Amino acid sequence: MFVQVLFYAFSAVLIASALGVIVARNPVYSALSLVLAFFTSAALWLLIEAEFLAIVLVLVYVGAVMVLFLFVVMMLDLNTTSLRQGFARYAWLGWLTALAVIVQMVGVFWFRGLGIDATQGAVARSAEVSNTRELGEVLYTQYVYPFELASVVLLVAIVAAITLTMRRRPGLKPQDVAKQVAVRREDRVRLVKGLGPKAKSSGESAASAEEGQS
Amino acid sequence: MITLQHMLTLSGVLFALAIAGIFLNRKNVILLLMCIELMLLAVNFSFVSFSRFLGDLDGQVFVFFVLTVAAAEAAIGLAILVVLFRERRSINVEDLDTLKG
Repeated sequence: MFVQVLFYAFSAVLIASALGVIVARNPVYSALSLVLAFFTSAALWLLIEAEFLAIVLVLVYVGAVMVLFLFVVMMLDLNTTSLRQGFARYAWLGWLTALAVIVQMVGVFWFRGLGIDATQGAVARSAEVSNTRELGEVLYTQYVYPFELASVVLLVAIVAAITLTMRRRPGLKPQDVAKQVAVRREDRVRLVKGLGPKAKSSGESAASAEEGQS
Repeated sequence: MITLQHMLTLSGVLFALAIAGIFLNRKNVILLLMCIELMLLAVNFSFVSFSRFLGDLDGQVFVFFVLTVAAAEAAIGLAILVVLFRERRSINVEDLDTLKG
């Protein structure tokens, strides 16, 4: 009973925050609502005992992806009024589509059936079973090749994001390390003859040294 | 008791709201990306519920991969968005008409 109350409470918060994402006037509020949606989803996943993914959702989504979103939203100088022009023009179409999808989903899940028994609770597990351990055992044996492919996808994303956003501004004077390393002694040091203590005594050589310096 | 029906209905409602969001905010690229994230969350929701209620771990492994790809997608999407804003000083979809499509 208590679990059911928690489920309905979290579901209400989740749907409210999803609504907040799509109707908020300011993109910053949308991003913050999305953060709330991810938090409540993590709570709901904890409720059905998918602990590892709940924590990963908070760490990866709230900790990394949404921070990136907020960073970009705040960095760009957005003109929100022009972006919201015609907001209401196709809104009815959007709500109608959403309603149609919901009606169809509810019809399938509650009245037509999925061909499986959908009215049962979650598969019961003993308290010693660790979700993380279970997942790790499958992930590093059966799915080890997809796992490595996922790491390659992340690497490509890193390289792509950096190369896309890197830019060369005119007028900047950055260090060119290759040039710095390739420099030779002759480019930097010029030995001037006749500036020693001996040369100072004779005016002629000092004059020629001054010429050399100038 | 929470049943599979409850979870799937919640996931369906979430997905429908994300679709409505794409209709509503069709000019703002950032909000379109956020709505895609919301859709992916709804799909992950049904994956996790099926996995837990049918006792099959593969669904959760798949959610893991979906999270990975979604993170990569968000990073590259936002990078493209930043470059776009630098070029056009706008992220309005209607200003992106260079191809005259």
